[in-house]
Amino acid sequence: MQIFEKSTLVKCGRLSEGIYEMYLKTGAAEYAKPGQFVMVYPSDASTILPRPISICEVCEDTLRLVYRVQGKGTREFSLYKEGESVKVLGPIGNGFPVEEGRGRKSILIGGGIGVPPILELAKALKGEDTTILVGYRNSDMFLTEDFKKQAPLEVATEDGSVGVKGNVMDVIREKNLKCDVIFACGPMPMLRAIKKYAEETGIKAYISLEERMACGVGACLGCVCKTTKKDEHSHVNNARVCTEGPVFEAREVEI
Amino acid sequence: MNTSVKIAGVEFKNPVTTASGTFGSGMEYSQFVDLSRLGAVTTKGVALTPWQGNPTIRVTEVYGGMLNAIGLQNPGIEVFCERDIPFLKKYDTKIIVNVCGKTVEEYVGVVEKLASQPVDMLEINVSCPNVKEGAIAFGQDAKALENITREIKKVAKQPVIMKLSPNVTRIADMARAAEAAGADAISLINTITGMKIDINRRKFVLANKTGGMSGPAIKPVAVRMVYECAQAVKIPIIGMGGIMNGEDAIEFILAGATMVAVGAANFTNPLATVEVIDGIERYMKEQNVADINELIGAVQ
Repeated sequence: MQIFEKSTLVKCGRLSEGIYEMYLKTGAAEYAKPGQFVMVYPSDASTILPRPISICEVCEDTLRLVYRVQGKGTREFSLYKEGESVKVLGPIGNGFPVEEGRGRKSILIGGGIGVPPILELAKALKGEDTTILVGYRNSDMFLTEDFKKQAPLEVATEDGSVGVKGNVMDVIREKNLKCDVIFACGPMPMLRAIKKYAEETGIKAYISLEERMACGVGACLGCVCKTTKKDEHSHVNNARVCTEGPVFEAREVEI
Repeated sequence: MNTSVKIAGVEFKNPVTTASGTFGSGMEYSQFVDLSRLGAVTTKGVALTPWQGNPTIRVTEVYGGMLNAIGLQNPGIEVFCERDIPFLKKYDTKIIVNVCGKTVEEYVGVVEKLASQPVDMLEINVSCPNVKEGAIAFGQDAKALENITREIKKVAKQPVIMKLSPNVTRIADMARAAEAAGADAISLINTITGMKIDINRRKFVLANKTGGMSGPAIKPVAVRMVYECAQAVKIPIIGMGGIMNGEDAIEFILAGATMVAVGAANFTNPLATVEVIDGIERYMKEQNVADINELIGAVQ
């Protein structure tokens, strides 16, 4: 079930350099699962495409979105004030297969602006044997306090100011982290490294992909990724990230 | 108040359809839009065999519009006939199937397969700027356009709309060529070829380097071209290019379009199609227009 409606911005703020959050009261919250995302529609008429933003947390009738100001659309969002009405469509996509983490040892990995959806996943897997592993550029981090409430937290920073110096894979090696399954969202180089690691070690990895989108509903075929199996829509090994994804088992995609 | 229009003997309850490629076969939008409210659904281009399309990045936003270089990814005519047509037949709307190919034979092959299908019209895509072979090659040369139109008309069982490219010197010449070869209607404009460069990476944003521009920024170009074609030919015109609301649609109709298509606006607002219909009706009420047909080409 997807909802397209005017939501109400109930809370917003800045979390760190260029990273903002907004809490949207929307009917979409009722159906939202970890790893799904929403389309948020800028009101400026010169920005004609909605922005795909991952769901960081589902708080009853409200979705918490944490996003990076990247261009005109997200800059507009960052200037919104409480009480503003914001058009959203969602929830979109398949989300993380949470059941794959039950009764298993899992690592939940987030990098950069791929960090936010890890929070709702960590909440869904609370009490399971999970470790949260997040990577940032420097000590200007976000969401770490929220993560600590859910599960043990490991941090990598590029400049080494907090946690392990380097990226999330360096943490896995340095701390010798073991698991049965990985759930991950982040930049493509990180996802490629996780895919390679999962293939070498024979563990399952579910990775959430990012791609430029236009419609967000599976109609325009803008946001495809190469798949090893025939895709559901066009039967040409090009799955829609917005509809068949954004989460894929790493072995099923060529990235 | 009458909003119905007729093209080549096919009656549409209102003059609004979807622009090919922006609406799939309606399935994805049907959860937000009652497809039965639309005059017609024009489907995403379908070829004889499945097409993979271009590498990503395939879409990017530009000021007041977007560029796309999807490259006509589609499942091929067989899947289309088994899955998409039966789906659309559940709704009280007309079906316009957009046809693409790399050679005249491929276009003709798709048109032949559609001959026995319950679809209302065919729209021939000779204007996609994003595939290397076929498509636009037929749409940028009047002789080639005339030839492919004739070949398709020989086998088509449904009325044929030739979709024209704006990426030509004189679009009216192309409209005349299509009419001379027996086209039942023309639709325009397809997207305008554009380019965007990422200045930080010093790279093309789109993997295909160029893409087709659509969205409200191209509307004045589209309106002008519809007007020029309306002056040049007698066959009906389906106008499109940046229609965001009812007022935009009326502009195309006054310029000479019998029908209009809503494209990129579906991305800006999933309800755009029905809001365009509502907007047209509102305009007619306010302006005391009893019949939409009075407005076609009524600009002075």
